[in-house]
Amino acid sequence: MEKRVLFRSGWLPYALLAPQLAVTIIFFFWPAGQALFQSLLQQDPFGIDVEFVGLDNFATLFADEHYLASFRVTAVFSVLVASFGLLLSLILAVFADRVVRGAGTYKTLLIWPYAVAHAVAAVLWLFLFNPTLGIVAHWIKGLGIGWDPLLNGHDAMVLVVVAAVWKQISYNFIFFLAGLQSIPKSLIEAAAIDGAGPGRRFWTIVFPLLSPTTFFLLVVNIVYAFFDTFAIVDAATAGGPGQATEILVYKVYKDGFKALDLGSSAAQSVILMMIVIGLTVIQFKWIERRVQY
Amino acid sequence: MSRPQARIARLVAAGALAAFATSAFAQTEIQWWHAMTGALNDRVNEFAKGFNESQKDYKVVPVFKGTYPETMTAAIAAFRAGNAPHIVQVFEVGTATMMAAKGAIKPVAEVMREAGEKFDPKSYIGAVAGYYTSAKGEMLSFPFNSSTTVFYYNKDVFEKAGLDPNRPPATWPEVMAAAAKIKAAGASQCAYTTGWPSWVHVENFSAWHNVPIGTRENGMAGLDTRFQINSPLHVRHWNNLKEWSQKGYFTYAGRRNEAEAKFYSGECAMLTSSSAAQANINRNAKFKYAVAMLPYYADVKGAPQNTIIGGASLWVMSGKKPNEYKGVAKFLSYLADPQRQAQWHQQTGYLPITPAAYDITKSAGFYEKNPGTDVSVRQMMLKQPTPNSKGLRFGSFVQIRDMFEEEMENMLAGKQNAKAALDNAVRRGNEMLARFQKSARE
Repeated sequence: MEKRVLFRSGWLPYALLAPQLAVTIIFFFWPAGQALFQSLLQQDPFGIDVEFVGLDNFATLFADEHYLASFRVTAVFSVLVASFGLLLSLILAVFADRVVRGAGTYKTLLIWPYAVAHAVAAVLWLFLFNPTLGIVAHWIKGLGIGWDPLLNGHDAMVLVVVAAVWKQISYNFIFFLAGLQSIPKSLIEAAAIDGAGPGRRFWTIVFPLLSPTTFFLLVVNIVYAFFDTFAIVDAATAGGPGQATEILVYKVYKDGFKALDLGSSAAQSVILMMIVIGLTVIQFKWIERRVQY
Repeated sequence: MSRPQARIARLVAAGALAAFATSAFAQTEIQWWHAMTGALNDRVNEFAKGFNESQKDYKVVPVFKGTYPETMTAAIAAFRAGNAPHIVQVFEVGTATMMAAKGAIKPVAEVMREAGEKFDPKSYIGAVAGYYTSAKGEMLSFPFNSSTTVFYYNKDVFEKAGLDPNRPPATWPEVMAAAAKIKAAGASQCAYTTGWPSWVHVENFSAWHNVPIGTRENGMAGLDTRFQINSPLHVRHWNNLKEWSQKGYFTYAGRRNEAEAKFYSGECAMLTSSSAAQANINRNAKFKYAVAMLPYYADVKGAPQNTIIGGASLWVMSGKKPNEYKGVAKFLSYLADPQRQAQWHQQTGYLPITPAAYDITKSAGFYEKNPGTDVSVRQMMLKQPTPNSKGLRFGSFVQIRDMFEEEMENMLAGKQNAKAALDNAVRRGNEMLARFQKSARE
């Protein structure tokens, strides 16, 4: 059945929509338009000498093999962050859901990291993994594994992924837990009576019923990995060693805010915007079909 | 306009007028944005306080704006929004950007001349003044805190390793011979490390050996400069760094000053880093240490030449009122006083940027009481600076330094040899220079 609300007044619906529209236009469309416009300009940091250069900024970027390498780094980083972020928080949520005693304490502790600022989270993990001072680095070395995030690109990647995942787990956890709690107990009990073990109950009942939550979190986590993680990279590795952890959004930040090359930085954000729009469309077109609401 | 609205508008206008009138009759405020933290921040505030108490017409308001890049970015954003500060502290790698910003800054020499303040660029150490002087010979910014790279070593470790603690290694081969001994004796966990890899192993390395970093006098003679750091000498040094790293003599510590902590914690026995690190090392090191001149290669003709500076200078922004510029000029004169400069040098470890300040410090016996504090000065004044050693001026140098360091990291990680690393550094750096040249046409 289609739901429909009829307004008798001609202006009321517009007035009700206006605040949301205003926020969207001022904080989303206007800056995005600015980025589009600036990506076509080359200017000195002070904005005194501004020149229209057409697509020059884009051409320079795509001719730069280091920029292209940054795509691969971003893909690896995003896949790792999104998959580990979702997997670990799902496991935690399933267990937290089953806890009987002290559930509140567990939940509070698991939600805690969300209140930590990105840069602080990165510095925290940086300390733990510091080859000289860090206790985790000490353990790793104790296992006989070399650990040097300053020169080894893989080690550096592990470091930023761990920090980014840790930071995001709480957010995912809250949603998974809410999703789990909204699954009717009767369904699970019925399956149990029919003889399904915990694993089977999870895969045939819980997981499919969680799919809307999982899908939502997948989109959010990809966006998080693409856009929200530059502070972590900045504080933990500054993109190094070499460019092993230089993800696209960090390069946007570095070129724009540190190096004051606004034209290139704007062009990069336009490219990034395209990628995320593309990814979101794909997710909604292909993956959402398999979601059961 | 309806009546109540008109009344409000009149009230606002009257209020604004009153505010304007009082501020016009009271002191003129001078905004000074800086990036000095901790003890240095206290010194900056003392300067402002001292100046404000010395006269009644002007009030300098120091504002801490974050790190060097943050301070510079904040000033540029403020300029774009039309409310730039009067004075902003900009680090040396931002110099070319500021110089190219013709309409945004007002040359310090001009500020001083118009205000009738005495200002003699010749009273500064050549290598310092040269850094901030335009190709036409006009001093554009006011030297404030300058440092250079020096060599630190742990005397206790030297003794343990059977080395003479009073004879620091003077050349790179000697440094590595010492490193080998330290390593063999197990006297410390790490032998040698460095802060600021590009500043030490590209920029100062070149000046110290009197070889160019780039064409056109390291960029000081024009924007059409290009890098020349893939010379055989550069390749030789980087190749050594790679070899030393593989042998465990050299430990890479990061792109900024992370290495300093490795030194004062006792982990590393030898360090090359900023002379301004000395205050921190003094406070933290629980062992005897000494400062020596930067190592060099003895077979290079003319080496050692002199090192170049880092640190920051004060820039005056454009578009302010003449009266305000007068206050700025008075304040800069206040800062330039040799006594104050000497005090600043002694308290902070930054270079005395005028020979007068050096003489005052010397005759007060400061260097005898604090051995090693004069190494940086002697290093700067070792010889008359050449076009290769008077400084450098490259656009987009913030990014370019990152590129140099990326190439060094890739080399140390074993992904490429020294020649490839330096060729890449030159190629990538030159692309940035070409882009900068295009955006800042004169």
